[in-house]
Amino acid sequence: MSLVKDATVLADERNVVRPVAQKRRGRRDNLAGYLFMSPWLAGFLLLTAGPMIASLYYAFTDYNLFAAPKWIGLDNFTAMFDDPRWQKSVQVTLKYVVIGTPLKLLLALGVALLLNQSRRGQGLYRAAFYAPSLIGASVSVGFVWRALFSDNAVVDKGLGSLGLNLGGWIGDPDLILYSLVALTVWQFGAPMVIFLAGLKQVPRELYEAAAVDGAGPLRRFWNITLPMISPVLFFNVLLESIHSFQIFGSAYVVSNTFCGPADATLVYTCYLYQKGFQQSQMGFASAMAWMLLLAVALVTAVLFWSQKKWVHYEEDVK
Amino acid sequence: MTTLTTELNSGANPRKRTGSLVWHVFALAVLCVVLYPVVWVIGAAFKPGKKIVGSLDLLPADPILDNVKGLADGIAGISIGTFFTNSLFYAGMAVVGVVISSSLTAYAFAKIPFRGRNLLFALMIGTLLLPYHVLLIPQYVMFQKLELINTYVPLLAGKFLATEAFFVFLMVQFMRGLPRELDEAARLDGCGHLRIYWSIVLPLCRPALITSAIFTFINAWNDFMGPLIYLNEPSKYTVSLGLMMFRDQQGISDYGGQIAMAMMALIPVIAFFMAFQRYLIDGMATSGLK
Repeated sequence: MSLVKDATVLADERNVVRPVAQKRRGRRDNLAGYLFMSPWLAGFLLLTAGPMIASLYYAFTDYNLFAAPKWIGLDNFTAMFDDPRWQKSVQVTLKYVVIGTPLKLLLALGVALLLNQSRRGQGLYRAAFYAPSLIGASVSVGFVWRALFSDNAVVDKGLGSLGLNLGGWIGDPDLILYSLVALTVWQFGAPMVIFLAGLKQVPRELYEAAAVDGAGPLRRFWNITLPMISPVLFFNVLLESIHSFQIFGSAYVVSNTFCGPADATLVYTCYLYQKGFQQSQMGFASAMAWMLLLAVALVTAVLFWSQKKWVHYEEDVK
Repeated sequence: MTTLTTELNSGANPRKRTGSLVWHVFALAVLCVVLYPVVWVIGAAFKPGKKIVGSLDLLPADPILDNVKGLADGIAGISIGTFFTNSLFYAGMAVVGVVISSSLTAYAFAKIPFRGRNLLFALMIGTLLLPYHVLLIPQYVMFQKLELINTYVPLLAGKFLATEAFFVFLMVQFMRGLPRELDEAARLDGCGHLRIYWSIVLPLCRPALITSAIFTFINAWNDFMGPLIYLNEPSKYTVSLGLMMFRDQQGISDYGGQIAMAMMALIPVIAFFMAFQRYLIDGMATSGLK
């Protein structure tokens, strides 16, 4: 997969031995290189690296924006772990990620398999399924979702006609989070497009050979398709789960109160926003942000570690 | 089944025909579910406010224009046009910033063999996975000290400084795919990097630039968290914030105006998508591969 391999590709390129005459060009290249990337370098130092260090410092302080930050050691972290609303926000977010991401990816893979056949209108379907990914995070769609999942609204009546009388999801602490899950699953188009691109690269000969050997469709999927697209699957799992941890706008708009009934949609970033920007507890909020970073880093590390076991890059197959 | 196949038998292989029919029925069923909310919002915008939530009809029984007309009064003395102008300004400037800064940076990564390139590239990729929330508070503190709250500077600074690593990455991928001979030849002819970037690489990178531009526009148009944190004067609000203010003022259960404005806010995104869907989808697809 590109993101991982790129660094090594660049390293190889650099190891090409250059003639002595080109040494001067090398020096000019160094200057040009840094000039060209100066916007990014400035952005990285001023908007990423610097703030990260500041944020780490704030995490150990009591800071309300108006007085200077006061060092309090680990107090923010101990207060956080003891805070029932923080615990609730972790619980809500994990539930959202653990239920929403697999469902979304399953649907994305299923529809990608469906679309990976040369049929008329295939491109049109692909475009239509992708559209929700572009608008799904907007406030407008948040409004629509709230309307669709309210009492006596479309979803309620639709399920009612199937004999499932759940009532409106928005007012129900047990159900409102699932309306957010439905919203993320609805945006399956983005991972679907990536799956589809992966499926297109599976060599046809493999399927033909397997068919000759008498392998059924299920066997072929399990033994050929899945290993061949595992790098793409890895990429999707990584990106989608990291993305899910950071849900903010949809939760804010759909619940309208940040947190929904009985804190049922108090996702992590909404609580972070409340703490930082409504209660001016910038230290506490920074500590929360670092916990989020650690969680995301942990998920990333576990995924990268596990990929040895289930992700097959082309070299391994050959 | 037999009648079905005989009916369809006019063409080539009957089994193929049935397979195709089943496929289309399946794909259409998914399509209906996926597009339902989008079609619903357009229909709902022309239904009486009280009927919006309860009605399952996609199209209004007798369409009314009251909801859309109601928007003409504006919100709290601010015309709806102001929000759209603000969003257009934000999204337009974001496009300019991202295209310039990301393409310059990508050129350095893809075409200039300078010292430290590997390390910086790895750092850039690393920022792709960094949750933005870690930077939220210190950035806010910084912009507050610079007295730039309630301006568009905090929202646009990152766009002009190539912090959107995804687009840099996309362009690097694209530039690496360009034939090396082109810029090698230009270098032998004595062209400097600026010349090669401007006259050779940029024109060839048009698809990647368009993809980045459209994505940037749509992301900025939809952006909610940024404006929510940095803008606090209603006359500076973007459409996203205008929508929220509108809902707060009209009451959450009055769906008429809400849904009409939501529909209008979706129109530019949908229009852009219809015009450029190929660029967007191909751009997305390449990000996960190669």
